[in-house]
Amino acid sequence: MSKVLVIAEHLDGKLNPATARAVSAAAAVKPESIDVLVLAAHTGTLAADAAKIDGVSRVLTVERIENTHPLAAILAPQIAKAAAGYSHVFAPSTTFGKDVAPRVAAMLGVTQVSDVMSVEGSHSFKRPIYAGNAIVTVEAEPSHTVVATVRTASWPVAAIGANSAPIEALTLEVALPTHTRHVGMQSGKSDRPDLQSANTVVSGGRGVGSKENFDIIFKLADKLGAAVGASRAAVDAGYVPSDLQVGQTGKIIAPELYVAIGISGAIQHLTGIKDAGTIVAINKDSEAPIFEVADFGLVGDLFKLIPELEQAL
Amino acid sequence: MKILVGYKRVVDYNVRIQVRPDGTGVVTDGVKLSANPFDDIALEEALRMREKGLVNEVVVVGIGPADLTAHLRNGLAMGANRAIHVTTAETLQPLTAARVFQKLVEREQPDLVLLGKQAIDDDANQTGQMLAALWDRPQATFASKIEIADGKATVTREVDAGLETIEVELPAVITSDLRLNEPRFIKLPDIMKAKSKPIDVIEMTSLDVDTSDHLRTTLYAAPPKRNKGVMVKDAAELVAALKQKGLL
Repeated sequence: MSKVLVIAEHLDGKLNPATARAVSAAAAVKPESIDVLVLAAHTGTLAADAAKIDGVSRVLTVERIENTHPLAAILAPQIAKAAAGYSHVFAPSTTFGKDVAPRVAAMLGVTQVSDVMSVEGSHSFKRPIYAGNAIVTVEAEPSHTVVATVRTASWPVAAIGANSAPIEALTLEVALPTHTRHVGMQSGKSDRPDLQSANTVVSGGRGVGSKENFDIIFKLADKLGAAVGASRAAVDAGYVPSDLQVGQTGKIIAPELYVAIGISGAIQHLTGIKDAGTIVAINKDSEAPIFEVADFGLVGDLFKLIPELEQAL
Repeated sequence: MKILVGYKRVVDYNVRIQVRPDGTGVVTDGVKLSANPFDDIALEEALRMREKGLVNEVVVVGIGPADLTAHLRNGLAMGANRAIHVTTAETLQPLTAARVFQKLVEREQPDLVLLGKQAIDDDANQTGQMLAALWDRPQATFASKIEIADGKATVTREVDAGLETIEVELPAVITSDLRLNEPRFIKLPDIMKAKSKPIDVIEMTSLDVDTSDHLRTTLYAAPPKRNKGVMVKDAAELVAALKQKGLL
């Protein structure tokens, strides 16, 4: 029988919802148990929150001052050690999971299954390649631990609140390296919903024209209670910071409603929104590739159409 | 200081790839191949470090079939001092690729290995992290800024929450993100010059690499198609349609 260890992601003392998405994927393996591993300097509220996630059997905590910041070189040896006895180690496919999980996989002598979209069997998974333009089925050998990252856009957040899994402190005898140090963090914080978990996302592209013009995208987003995204062209042109970028090299999102404004729809961008429920495209070029994937398309000048749209709302 | 740069050849990023009808792979015959975009960025960064006098040798490394030599010449034309071609007919998984790099690290003793954050064909995003683990050295992934001084690299990383800065002692593995730099174009005279630069060809079998992978790809499929949408004539019609679907 399978036993899954899910690596919790957290920032500023809060559990990232991507953790509960990874638990959903873990449940699809139909395992005997799902344990969540919380590595932090202080695990108190993090562990308590993890224990409330539906399907979690136990929460294991490792409290060390070295775990203050999520540095892969520090966390990986601890995770690899904690993985003993587990058939699967899952982490969310966020920048955190992508950084640490392959390091764990190499320590366990396996290639990682990146970006699991679906679980076909305990050792069979589907994942996207070529920017999502092909889906492969991969089979892992049951003789080794499966290390996988879970594509967050493909999995729902497991229900939170009903469960109260036991919390156990874990002592791991692992020497940690000192060659890697955290210096600082500059966050692009905003009051708007988080891009990766928002139900509605409004994105602007090169067609928006300038940093100042991007205000109309923010205004429309606020009216819709939406998160704001951007194409790479808009980021490169300096209209918005890079953490708003949606696409193959930015964030992969799956909101219920995605509104693309002044975005032509390069394949690298489409990769990031393929799983959106409904896609709306507003573009002055009726030949723009974005219209090939849009459920609703509107051709015209965005500076005329957005005010009209706000009026109609 | 010496830098090894991973230089993978992939299907060009502008190609719309097709899955073979029998599900055995994607069509690559006659398809344009190019350097993995992230690897071009890694190479550019190494060259800029050399131009600043921080580095004296930049070595590009490719793993693949005999005809990969032409691809490595592009890296030499961009400015690398020399190339290493590890020959194999197999398509390697990230762990095996990392093990090959580990063997080259033992031979070459670089101060830094620069790789792209991911290859745009398998989208794995693993090799750099794995090499760092096998080598037992620091890693700095998704780098958008690198500063080298006093045997350390200070690296700004593009993470979901913003920009994180970490400090790693060298030698280390750094993987490039898109915003690290804008790679230079190859000029014709440099293509001529590249012809006389050395390429060290090594049979992969001679490296004694553990090639036991534990992942098998059994099926390739096209992604599910989205239904064809409709064009609306104005903002009012769009809002009405979204309201009808319960989205507003």
